[in-house]
Amino acid sequence: MSRVVLRINNQNYTIEVDEHATLLWVLRERLGLLGVHYGCGIGECGHCTVLLDGEPAYSCQLKVGEVTGRSITTIEGIAPDHPVIRAWLEEQVVQCGYCQPAQVLRAIALIRKCPEPDLKTISEWMDPVLCRCGTYPRIRRAILRAASLARQDRNV
Amino acid sequence: MSKISRRAFIRGIGGGALTLIAYASSSRVLVLNALGRPRPSVNGPFLWLQVGKDGCVTVLIPHSEMGQGISTGLALLVAEELDVPWENVRFAHAEAAEHFVEPTSGLQFTGGSQSMRHRFNQLRTLGAAARVMLLRAAAKTWRVPISECSTREGRVVHEPSGRSLGYGVLAAKAALERVPLRVPLKPLEEARLLGRSLPRLDALEKVMGRARYGMDVALEGMCVACVARPPMPGARPNAWASQVPGEIKVVPFDFGVAVCAESFERAQAGVKALDAKWSAGQRVFISDSQIESALKDALTRKGASEREEGRVVEALARAQKVVDSKYFVPFLAHASMEPMACVASVTEAKCEIFTPTQAQTAVKRMAAKITGLPEEKVRVHTTFMAGAFGRYNDFDFVREAVLISKAVGRPVKLIWTREEDLAFDFFRPASASWVRAGLDSNGKLLAWWQRIAAPSIAERIVPMWKEAGIRPEAIANMERRLAKRIDDFGVEGFEPFQYEVPHLYYEFVNCDLPVRVGLWRSPGHNINGFVIESFVDEVAHALGKDPLEFRLSLLSNERARRVLEIAAEKGGWGKKLAPGHGLGIARYSSCGSHAAHVAEVSVDLEREIVYVHRVVAALDCGFAVHPDAIAAQLEGCVVMGLSATFLEQVRFEEGRVASTNFDRYKILRFSHTPEIEVFVVPSKEPVGGAGEPGLPSVAPAVTNAIFAACGIRFRSLPVGFSLGNPGTLK
Repeated sequence: MSRVVLRINNQNYTIEVDEHATLLWVLRERLGLLGVHYGCGIGECGHCTVLLDGEPAYSCQLKVGEVTGRSITTIEGIAPDHPVIRAWLEEQVVQCGYCQPAQVLRAIALIRKCPEPDLKTISEWMDPVLCRCGTYPRIRRAILRAASLARQDRNV
Repeated sequence: MSKISRRAFIRGIGGGALTLIAYASSSRVLVLNALGRPRPSVNGPFLWLQVGKDGCVTVLIPHSEMGQGISTGLALLVAEELDVPWENVRFAHAEAAEHFVEPTSGLQFTGGSQSMRHRFNQLRTLGAAARVMLLRAAAKTWRVPISECSTREGRVVHEPSGRSLGYGVLAAKAALERVPLRVPLKPLEEARLLGRSLPRLDALEKVMGRARYGMDVALEGMCVACVARPPMPGARPNAWASQVPGEIKVVPFDFGVAVCAESFERAQAGVKALDAKWSAGQRVFISDSQIESALKDALTRKGASEREEGRVVEALARAQKVVDSKYFVPFLAHASMEPMACVASVTEAKCEIFTPTQAQTAVKRMAAKITGLPEEKVRVHTTFMAGAFGRYNDFDFVREAVLISKAVGRPVKLIWTREEDLAFDFFRPASASWVRAGLDSNGKLLAWWQRIAAPSIAERIVPMWKEAGIRPEAIANMERRLAKRIDDFGVEGFEPFQYEVPHLYYEFVNCDLPVRVGLWRSPGHNINGFVIESFVDEVAHALGKDPLEFRLSLLSNERARRVLEIAAEKGGWGKKLAPGHGLGIARYSSCGSHAAHVAEVSVDLEREIVYVHRVVAALDCGFAVHPDAIAAQLEGCVVMGLSATFLEQVRFEEGRVASTNFDRYKILRFSHTPEIEVFVVPSKEPVGGAGEPGLPSVAPAVTNAIFAACGIRFRSLPVGFSLGNPGTLK
């Protein structure tokens, strides 16, 4: 056990925790960030996705000790007026919703690095997050829409 | 509002404002009178509808929101009649309670794509009755005739004077009004909200990560439980490590050894450190090849039927041509995105459960039975669920949580690992079908003979439903068939049959296999759809007839014909295709709805890869309350159907499930999803189901397209070729 400082959603959290504890469960159980989901535990489903210094990472594959000093973003750190969120709502993407926080975070990372993604880029980039409800076609449309909304926001 | 959970929100409203309370206890008419009854507790299970002081309306939904949008759909029915702006409408899952049962079954449950059908008139009546009570309250306040009052956007308006009062202000007074027994319903042509695909009620909290699923609920004093499972069914733990790090309690049960700890990781560590020694259990040496042999063998045995075989056999004997094929499908896992998880809190006085479930009444009765508590002391709260697909019709994991909590005397959050989830599922049965059709010299279909062999779902489910208290009438057909060992689900799609055939015979061979089976999206239909639509296609090709025209020649149902024609048109049936491409068509009617699909594929024969370029889906489900939610279901069904066509198969080795996680049980990913176009046919017909009917014709549309593209007929799923990423082409 040691004292660890985690920087999550632009806030510092100081906790006493075993450095080998898995980030996913620390986020969920110690910090109450329940938008990060457990789906498989082996890095195959993507539902535990967080942004680590802006890049998608599987929190089920990370130990707390590995991420001190890094910046972590969870879905709780995203504002409701974010273009991706607005696009997700306009396209009525969500069905059961379990994979959606991960999908949204991945999409946010994509639009940041690639403001005008084409279909092929979207498809490859979003592939790691599984959706059993089959919302992939809507996610495709929502990302294109988000890119357009983000462009409009910039032009305002 | 963002930090307040749904439950607290309702409590807050109840505490501050008096609430309008309406009762509904039959499918057509409100019969219970609000006057003279003791004011029920706001937190209690008696509410259907709540109007707060601020005019916000909360509709209690007795069905399970699993992503299909039923919470929005049912709330829309109420909001439409109540004349309240959609922005003011909220929903909450209703607790398990007697007055929320669905009248024909006597159970509160969600399944069979039945929710909208069962509640369509009931919920509209609820909204209409509440509106009348508000009108009366306003008329009394103003001392004017009710005929001079109308409603608009959440307010009662007195037309002559222009005065108006919001529902929030009137709610308290309206609650004292007698609940009207008969209320006229708004004609659907005048609907303002229905048919408009308004924003779904659950979307924002889900996309913001605030929706609470089975493993998200926390109770004070709660511990987390994980289970060490026996290596063989029926094996009992003989010994285990007396101390495991971080554990609070270790308790053996019939399902395994539970380790309770403060956190999931500690509980998991405890499970690993248990080093349990097990008794032998049942020696079950099930494997993939044994399943295949068992089904092949079962197809050689005589089945049971409620139909006469004689005439059909005669017709086959005198037929000019006989087409004869066999089909096989494997066990499939539900693979809901949240592994099984729930919270149970058992004390001597009460039991409280928070769980994803499709079987609220059954869960409540089960918990009452095993805790020994009276049902009034058992509360079952439905959480959001990560796609159910029928898995939550079973509640084995809830029983486990209740037993563990009872044993340790603390609230328990039980979390299954994904490995447990994929191993201890109630799978879609593996199934084999043998079909023979007889054709006369004019190419007319004379006879259809089919033998279906599979493990029976009904044999386990019917007793389970009876234990839950299902009304006998609701399962009369199932029980009659069961008496002959015919699985009702296994023979879905035959009564009425999908096509007009002069002589039809089908029989069921109960193939016992030591694998747990249950309801998977469109349980028997998803299998029979593949078989029937593949076989009809084979017959068409054997006759040299166009598969669309041949189907139309056997179909008299206008709605089924129309939806097939729409899919064909939108799918470009008959158009010239690029070399190596093929179009496949399939249709299927179920749950009061009619669906059809066209798929376009190309095949790389050398590398044995199929590229699915495009799938067109059309559905006629009668009046569409929320067309976009239905469209989303159609899209989801295409993805799930493609997944089953190319990827999914539960694998068994030496008695255990070998497809233990998503690295081995593959489901369809983004990159392999084709262009999908869906058409929800506008209709004024009675509402039909929307969650499942779009699934059965997906797989055969694709396998029919493969045949058209390259002449290879796949009769087993998953198909032997792999699915290519269409994005890698060109």
